[in-house]
Amino acid sequence: MDIINEIAKELVPVKDFPDFKSGDTVTVAYKIIEGSKERVQQFTGVVLQRRGSGVTETFTIRKMSGNVGVERIFPISSPFIESISVNKRGKVRRARIFYFRERTGKAARIKERKFFAK
Amino acid sequence: MPGIIGRKVGMTSIYSAEGKATPCTVIEAGPCVVTQVKTQEKDGYEAIQLGFGDRKEGSTPSPLKGHFKKANTTPKAKLAEFREFNGSLNLGDIVTADVFQAGDFVDVIGTSKGKGFQGVVKRHGFGGVGQSTHGQHNRLRAPGSIGAASYPARVFKGMRMAGQTGNKQVLISNLEILKVLTDKNLVIVKGSIPGAKGSTVLIKK
Repeated sequence: MDIINEIAKELVPVKDFPDFKSGDTVTVAYKIIEGSKERVQQFTGVVLQRRGSGVTETFTIRKMSGNVGVERIFPISSPFIESISVNKRGKVRRARIFYFRERTGKAARIKERKFFAK
Repeated sequence: MPGIIGRKVGMTSIYSAEGKATPCTVIEAGPCVVTQVKTQEKDGYEAIQLGFGDRKEGSTPSPLKGHFKKANTTPKAKLAEFREFNGSLNLGDIVTADVFQAGDFVDVIGTSKGKGFQGVVKRHGFGGVGQSTHGQHNRLRAPGSIGAASYPARVFKGMRMAGQTGNKQVLISNLEILKVLTDKNLVIVKGSIPGAKGSTVLIKK
């Protein structure tokens, strides 16, 4: 397993993203190719889960687009991801918050994690 | 038709220049030692026997010890023959992963993971009976009929039935080599190969 991680790190460029976990609200800027043009699009939503480890790790983001929920799964080492920024830290008790899909409106709120300076 | 003995390390994925993720298997291939050269005159056919992996001196039978001593090498855990090796190799020569290049298509032979005694649904992909209600109570994954009655009055050979599944030799052909890391003796092939991590595989071009 160690060899795998070592090789994978060599073959896939390691990116430095901020730490985020399920319940956080993040913005992912990713490149999309339209014909021959390339542009950056942003996707903001709540992280439902982080899955896998190493270069094959993926994460799922859910946002409400009008009345319809939209989920996107990103591989964390995808070369298309430009940047990830954390907008809000959520306080959740689970690593995978699939119950969040059933919540709408006022119920679909996540308490913010507060950090106090020591 | 060069070949090499290797050990499956595991799977990961790498990204192409266009950003496509490709699942791939990492194989530790070689270094192998030529432990025997078989010739037309002596053995009736041409082949190269390679040895891979280390084996304890104490647990090696004496006849094998002598065999390895001839090639001037330490006892090897796994031996395999390869025919029609490119170029002439001599006893004791070392074969490394650089017999392959990225872009080559190879065949990989391994032993699949054992699944034990399995029924026909898992073993042969039968559909089962199809209904779990309407009167049938314990036939959901049954094979159904295995033949006619008084004629032929027997079950034909090769009838697909339940039995040992997996743990047998499997060949996967035409796997593309994505990368060869010669300094680490690693070969990365596209897709999956048979067997568990750490199992021995043969790679043939």
